[in-house]
Amino acid sequence: MENQKLGTAIVITSGKGGVGKTTTSANIGTGLAMRGYSVVILDADIGLRNLDVVMGLENRIVYDIVDVVEKNCRLKQALIKDKRFDKLYLLPAAQTKDKTAVKPEQMVELVNELKKEYDYIIIDCPAGIEQGFQYSIAGADEAIIVTTPEISAVRDADRVIGILEAKEIHNPKLIINRIRPDMVKRGDMMNIDDIIDILAIDLLGIVPDDEAIVVSTNKGEPVVMDEKALAGQAYRNITKRIIGEEVELLNLETNDGSKLSKILKLIFGK
Amino acid sequence: MDLFKLFGRKQEQSKNVAKERLKLVLVHDRADLSPKLLDMMKSDIIRVISEYADIDNEGIDIKLTRMKRDGDTSPISALVANIPIVKVKDN
Repeated sequence: MENQKLGTAIVITSGKGGVGKTTTSANIGTGLAMRGYSVVILDADIGLRNLDVVMGLENRIVYDIVDVVEKNCRLKQALIKDKRFDKLYLLPAAQTKDKTAVKPEQMVELVNELKKEYDYIIIDCPAGIEQGFQYSIAGADEAIIVTTPEISAVRDADRVIGILEAKEIHNPKLIINRIRPDMVKRGDMMNIDDIIDILAIDLLGIVPDDEAIVVSTNKGEPVVMDEKALAGQAYRNITKRIIGEEVELLNLETNDGSKLSKILKLIFGK
Repeated sequence: MDLFKLFGRKQEQSKNVAKERLKLVLVHDRADLSPKLLDMMKSDIIRVISEYADIDNEGIDIKLTRMKRDGDTSPISALVANIPIVKVKDN
């Protein structure tokens, strides 16, 4: 059984850019590795490589995904081993090529190869629904949609859900990112129920708009490893749900504002 | 905000505005039918029915929506038309 790999490929996608696909990919991949699974995080955003810096592995890149596809190197040579976890690898995107460099069939072949050797393949999909999106979803078994509580992001998520359905990737799961509990409370931000109601897909998790994410990205250390950060807890919960554990939804109220604002609230009664 | 509460006025929550706008735009996105095309369909429908009956123009409500029929797993797009007829023309 020891060599039996789960071999599940999950694409992280959103339609809209800047909603947190790369951060989500890095944290889910790292979160799964923390739980002992072997993981490859694949940066499919050719031309706009970023997963390497988010993971803190930018200085170790020799080959990239296009080198693998064009057979300039073997797959194993392009995989970059993580600093912290033995069974975590990054397959970096090419920075000087564009999205015509990989065909969907090549991606399927590549992902299938990886599935034989690793438990999870996390594919960080580029924004948009063009070529880059098309090859990113080609090899995926499952999909995770990342959105934020904004009209534009939810609209694009809906579009992507429709396309995934047409491409026979069923039951995508939703992550709602950058929730601001204070704004939700005021009624100035759509809440979880509002978004689920509109998109009508299963919720995988919620992530608060947490400064710890900026700090961890600055350092190149995924926030999922940060025991104290609420966003870290959010990603650990999401990881648990991916491997089939039941976890209650994170209570974002616990970290509602800084100590100072809490004191101010006490004094002025909000 | 607190001022509004003091005077007993309730400001519309912006998230509700977002939700309503989003719902409307998604109905059109999902059906791949633009509001303009829907307007064209509307006027054609009204024109055809007007040939047979007098219609209460004020009460006309034609919109695109989503509905689930018995046995459907996912909702489908539907054109719902409510056209009050004042009097059928004798012909």
